[in-house]
Amino acid sequence: MSQATDSDVREDGVIESVSGPVVTAVDLDARMNDVVYVGHEGLMGEVIEIEGNVTTIQVYEETSGVSPGQPVESTGAPLSVDLGPGMLDTIYDGVQRPLDVLEDKMGSAFLDRGVDSPGIDLEKTWEFTPELEEGDEVSRGDVVGTVPETESIDHKVMVPPDALEEGETAEVVSIESGNFTVEETVAELDTGAEISMRQEWPVRKQRPAAEKYTPTKPLVSGQRILDGLFPIAKGGTAAIPGPFGSGKTVTQQSLAKFADADIVVYIGCGERGNEMTEVIDDFPELPDPQTGNPLMARTCLIANTSNMPVAARESCIYTGITIAEYYRDMGYDVALMADSTSRWAEAMREISSRLEEMPGEEGYPAYLAARLAEFYERAGYYETINGNEGSVTAIGAVSPPGGDFSEPVTQNTLRIVKAFWALDSDLAERRHFPAINWNDSYSLYRDQLDEWFENNVDENWSSTRQWAIDVLDEEDELQEIVQLVGKDALPEDQQLTLEVARYLREAWLQQNALHDVDRYSPPEKTFRILEGIKAFNDEAFEALDAGVPVEEIQDIDAPPRLNRIGTTPDDEVEEFVSEIEDDIAEQLRELY
Amino acid sequence: MKEYKTITEISGPLVFAEVDEPVGYDEIVEIETPSGETKRGQVLETSDGLVSIQVFEGTDGIDRNASVRFIGETLKMPVTEDLLGRVLDGSGRPIDDGPDIVPEERRDIVGAAINPFSREYPEEFIQTGVSAIDGMNTLVRGQKLPIFSSSGLPHNDLALQIARQATVPEEAEGDGEDDSEFAVIFGAMGITQEEANEFMDDFERTGALERSVVFMNLADDPAVERTVTPRLALTTAEYLAFDKDYHVLVILTDMTNYCEALREIGAAREEVPGRRGYPGYMYTDLAQIYERAGRIKGEEGSITQIPILTMPSNDITHPIPDLTGYITEGQIIVDPDLNSQGVKPPVNVLPSLSRLMDDGIGEGLTRGDHGDVSDQLYAAYAEGEDKRDLVNIVGREALSDLDNKYLDFADRFEDEFIEQGFETDRDIDSTLDIGWDLLSMLPKDVLSRIDEDLIDEYYEEEGEAEEVAAD
Ligand SMILES: Nc1ncnc2c1ncn2[C@@H]1O[C@H](COP(=O)(O)OP(=O)(O)O)[C@@H](O)[C@H]1O
Ligand SMILES: [Mg+2]
Repeated sequence: MSQATDSDVREDGVIESVSGPVVTAVDLDARMNDVVYVGHEGLMGEVIEIEGNVTTIQVYEETSGVSPGQPVESTGAPLSVDLGPGMLDTIYDGVQRPLDVLEDKMGSAFLDRGVDSPGIDLEKTWEFTPELEEGDEVSRGDVVGTVPETESIDHKVMVPPDALEEGETAEVVSIESGNFTVEETVAELDTGAEISMRQEWPVRKQRPAAEKYTPTKPLVSGQRILDGLFPIAKGGTAAIPGPFGSGKTVTQQSLAKFADADIVVYIGCGERGNEMTEVIDDFPELPDPQTGNPLMARTCLIANTSNMPVAARESCIYTGITIAEYYRDMGYDVALMADSTSRWAEAMREISSRLEEMPGEEGYPAYLAARLAEFYERAGYYETINGNEGSVTAIGAVSPPGGDFSEPVTQNTLRIVKAFWALDSDLAERRHFPAINWNDSYSLYRDQLDEWFENNVDENWSSTRQWAIDVLDEEDELQEIVQLVGKDALPEDQQLTLEVARYLREAWLQQNALHDVDRYSPPEKTFRILEGIKAFNDEAFEALDAGVPVEEIQDIDAPPRLNRIGTTPDDEVEEFVSEIEDDIAEQLRELY
Repeated sequence: MKEYKTITEISGPLVFAEVDEPVGYDEIVEIETPSGETKRGQVLETSDGLVSIQVFEGTDGIDRNASVRFIGETLKMPVTEDLLGRVLDGSGRPIDDGPDIVPEERRDIVGAAINPFSREYPEEFIQTGVSAIDGMNTLVRGQKLPIFSSSGLPHNDLALQIARQATVPEEAEGDGEDDSEFAVIFGAMGITQEEANEFMDDFERTGALERSVVFMNLADDPAVERTVTPRLALTTAEYLAFDKDYHVLVILTDMTNYCEALREIGAAREEVPGRRGYPGYMYTDLAQIYERAGRIKGEEGSITQIPILTMPSNDITHPIPDLTGYITEGQIIVDPDLNSQGVKPPVNVLPSLSRLMDDGIGEGLTRGDHGDVSDQLYAAYAEGEDKRDLVNIVGREALSDLDNKYLDFADRFEDEFIEQGFETDRDIDSTLDIGWDLLSMLPKDVLSRIDEDLIDEYYEEEGEAEEVAAD
């Protein structure tokens, strides 16, 4: 959270009423969305409504014991984040207070009230290397220098978008090199603007970009069902709805670990404390599959767990997306996961109902759809204002009550996102993971990404995938008949199709996120497994045509080994699959 | 302390009073009725001149002449190690005729959230001696794992079995660097006297009472009081765990009654109701209870929670189990069908889950084959369940050999693995061995969830598999 300087402080107001996280004050000189400090303890809050002399505030901390008559002080500045080096490898709460700093300042494992902290360390020095010289011309967004932020990421220090007008240029009159704190000036412009390594940005306002493109590159996820059937683009949007225990969090965490993004912003919004602890424990240990560096070196975590104040839960999504946009402006591909957007929506509902606003569907405020759309709209593949390309991919978990997708958050999200990964409790119950239902899910990016996969993985990528889809579709139809008459009543070729489909499900679609090897499947492996299953399909149908009974085909012992490819290390996959393919051919041809 | 006789309105559990001095949100209020009875309540909303108060003990007997005192602080729980062995009412007052409790400290019952950065990830296996849990849905220290049940099912027997049998195997063997003691906190909300007796008798019989603190709000006690009972219980648990190094097991029953009380207050406040009439903030409210389980870096003690709830109409999509499942780290499902088959404990493992299982099991923790065996048992049991549907339609003859094996597997899984009675304490080795017995009914090559080396080590070739270990 960025802090206002003393000079900004305006006249105090007085608390009039307190009801949970909502406080009203009178005589407060503040604007909409200004940050205020409430009560004797100075609890942080934000102005969310102004009516005559009465200002309504949502408070980001517990309000027990706060009473009417206590003072409210406005900072005169909207809720903003501090942007600069040091955000990666850090864990924040919903209003960008670093949780390790809070632990330190509070001297306790429990979150106390009334403690504030800047979002980035103001004391720490960073090594600044200039990219420009005196006399160079710059416009807004231009990179003035770089800072090695982590072993994976060079932080680009940019001219803040609000330092110059759009199209305006300025001359660099001085530029430094060496070690500086984030507040020290590293460059000066002839407009008088002093540039430091720190920017501030109001979280509810989208950062400017030059243009939004149609995305054509996949965010390679390392998850077979996603890359194979329902890929997402860099700059795309996706939703993962599902009842509890179906795998939303595991899927989000797998993406955060293995997707080929430069930067990951992971928002734990209103979910479990231990899930964030798990990320804090695991990420420093796990290597980024692209760079080999620890995953934390590319990750920024935001944790506003279910038991933390609900108003800060409402803002954590904005804090996260603003940080994501900032790294996008440097030209990075950023992936943002929000787990769960439903908790965010519920936070809006809670605040809205305290305000006694007219409720919309299921008590959610009427602006729910607009807020969801605004959030996902901030994702995209962009030309940045400095002429580079960067992207923000937004992936939101949705937690529908009772697992019923007809509820407002799921429905409104569906209208916006282009990839939909529907989790299914039936699959989860039988431990088919990831429990993504392949009949209900879709990705509208599939066609526009085919070219990339064909050029970079295999030219038969889309045709082989289409074959798999056809088999799975046919299985779905046949299952209905099987439920009525049993499998043996089907003609032999259909029985064989079911057998092939079973391998597609067990050897290809299933992927164990808890297995050291299986949890990450590079697209080459994803494709190779599919080829192996198709090879079995082709050989088996030939045998069937030659008169071999289907039971005999099912009895050979090579195909079950297809199920073990997932757990086979990447560098052994080719040999292992070829061997299975050869054995299958040999064993089947012996039968006719 | 100022005293007011300014009540303007009484409505359900709520009282509204005029004040001329500011009153803090959440503060405690004492209301004295004209007949001299004192009731306690809490400030729900405070504004210049007017406060609304939620009265814990019910508003009967209060009229406009009742006097209202604001204590000037929020609700506190007096905590001390001497609470162990004591029985308190739902508001934390002793009801066991024991000596006065001299608190070491008085703690705010609205616990502060644990900083996620300060948590320690729970991964110490607790052996409950129940195969359905240890084998399939392993509990670890610091977990919150609720039991979802329905009225008339033996969830209490299961909870008591867990409380009795729970051990951490390594410590039992006595290589204990960790000499923390074990304590049980029992928070009852709106349960019947009979159920309460069931618990108390068992605690007394096993001597568990000495290391327990019991909070009792019974069915005929005031409903609003139920909203504070679990918070008193958890405040006590936090004190014992993080100040006094105890490993605390908290059993809260019945969370459904707690949620009904929330709904009642919401309705009285004329709030816009959420799903099925429950307040829109119920998720947040429940999270503030359930998230008070866990471990903290650098602390010896821990809080493990087993909340029990009865699902209205056995419907898992009902808001109470639904919101609970979204917060807790899994759920154990007690199933009416298995119960009528006589399976004890009647746990349906398919919809059950322990989210913290993975890090608590395996080589050096339980056994190297644990994860794979459990995965495979799940998959095979689910397959068998599917075949049961089919067999009803087409008959056994129409099914293949393998399908028939799955059917037999599912039956034996219920009769031998899940069934064990409420008194049997199975160690994890026996649990996994039974698992292998059953899996060995199936051909090796369908056991695709299990590593091939483990199959070589544990799979019982035909003939062997027939001799079932009797317990
Ligand atoms: N891809 C996966 N591989 C293995 N196990 C999984 C996978 N996805 C989910 N699970 C299992 O399901 C459980 C619940 O998943 P989780 O993502 O926490 O569900 P949700 O967030 O939807 O409630 C996990 O604890 C894990 O045991
Ligand atoms: Mg989750």
